[in-house]
Amino acid sequence: MAQANGKSNMKFQGWRRENGRVGVRNHVVILPLDDLSNAACEAVANNIKGTLAIPHAYGRLQFGEDLELHFRTLIGTGSNPNVAAVVVIGIEEQWTNRVVEGIKKTGKPVVGFGIELHGDIDTIARASRVAKEYVQWASELKREECDISDLWVSTKCGESDTTTGLASCPTVGNMYDKLIPKGIHGVFGETSEITGAEHLAKARAISPEIGEKWMKTWQAYEDDVIQAHKTNDLSDSQPTKGNIAGGLSTIEEKALGNLEKIGRTCKYIDVLGPAETPARGPGLYYMDTSSAAAECVTLMAAGGYVIHTFPTGQGNIIGNPIVPVIKISGNPRTVRTMSEHIDLDVSGILRRDQTIPEAGDALIEMIMRTANGRLTASEALGHREFVLTKLYRSA
Amino acid sequence: MAIPHLLVHEKKDTVGVVAIEGLKAGTDMLCVVTADNSSFNLKSKMDVPIGHKIALTDIKKGDTVIKYGQDIGKAVADIAQGEHVHVHNLKTKRW
Repeated sequence: MAQANGKSNMKFQGWRRENGRVGVRNHVVILPLDDLSNAACEAVANNIKGTLAIPHAYGRLQFGEDLELHFRTLIGTGSNPNVAAVVVIGIEEQWTNRVVEGIKKTGKPVVGFGIELHGDIDTIARASRVAKEYVQWASELKREECDISDLWVSTKCGESDTTTGLASCPTVGNMYDKLIPKGIHGVFGETSEITGAEHLAKARAISPEIGEKWMKTWQAYEDDVIQAHKTNDLSDSQPTKGNIAGGLSTIEEKALGNLEKIGRTCKYIDVLGPAETPARGPGLYYMDTSSAAAECVTLMAAGGYVIHTFPTGQGNIIGNPIVPVIKISGNPRTVRTMSEHIDLDVSGILRRDQTIPEAGDALIEMIMRTANGRLTASEALGHREFVLTKLYRSA
Repeated sequence: MAIPHLLVHEKKDTVGVVAIEGLKAGTDMLCVVTADNSSFNLKSKMDVPIGHKIALTDIKKGDTVIKYGQDIGKAVADIAQGEHVHVHNLKTKRW
């Protein structure tokens, strides 16, 4: 399908932002710096229709790498091209301005308000006036034709079972095998869930150096998190109770199914820290993330990904406030009992009346429809899980 | 092709995955290997839920269990061909 100019004939209507990146949604976000500012942000979003508050639990007395990750995640979320403009509210102005300055680098409208010396009511009034201007301005932004190479598509699976390894994860893998050569950015992660297939993950790096970088990331997680904090082993959470109910018995079996998401031919070209933005151009990346769904998707969204593909077996219902999450399931029982959560039914793979390449094509079509504005099941159901990853206790 | 009862990733695997709901003991299962679309038949010895595994051969306690052509752990009890394979008789070697 490649054309003479190197661009494909796969187009969608997106919003091209000031920095050239393309969004598939047009949110005006009311972003709290910290837990204390959630109430004001929610009040502004209630005042000004069409804006979106994304409350969260942290932002006070964090320090070191944990604080850096907090800022990187908030700045990355505001900088995501699915976001047209941002109002940041924090308890005080200095850290608030740090987030504002970070987002401002994208060129999009952003303003910050500190609550101290003003109180909630005055802050809400001032922030609401700006939010109203932003949302009216954003409502007139025009979509334009964009090439599929402008898409950044992330993946992470959840409530996995044996059908994810047979059907929904290979569907995502087939999509990456087809779209990475067309110039999209991809990303997978879930460091703990690669345990048991780490040798295979390492072998999928573009070079021995990147493979070593991956192995160091995995080993650091094993040493600093698992060995430092485990009480017995990971058996009570990896596999999860839902995984076991779905038939997965061991972490190795789960990991092998998980890795099906990166297909047969893709190689990852770099290893990203959590919420880090890729800097080596188009291609598949690995991001060091938790395997918890909302944390992982939040970090990938903060890294700049605009559509998420989410294979599920037993029926994970996660969404994200700024990124549409496309649910894919190959488990016929889940598709029947939880149909309102599933965007793409690939249970035909289990019946052998659908091949994995056919399912991959169906996913690509669903990605294009989503990019063009179709609300995902998680968006329609109001799933807006925004969960910050915390590396250690606050001061 | 008829709807398979059991799907097997790779030819060398020693377990397959139940692909239908309500599989009963004594079913003459159609088993399909997804890697090459080859098929064989096997009798189930137990009722096994969808998504759960069934042994394709007799597996002795201590044997490595193979799925995706890879080591997914070891049997911690003898498992007969056609029986349910799960956390009661299969454990990771890691922990």
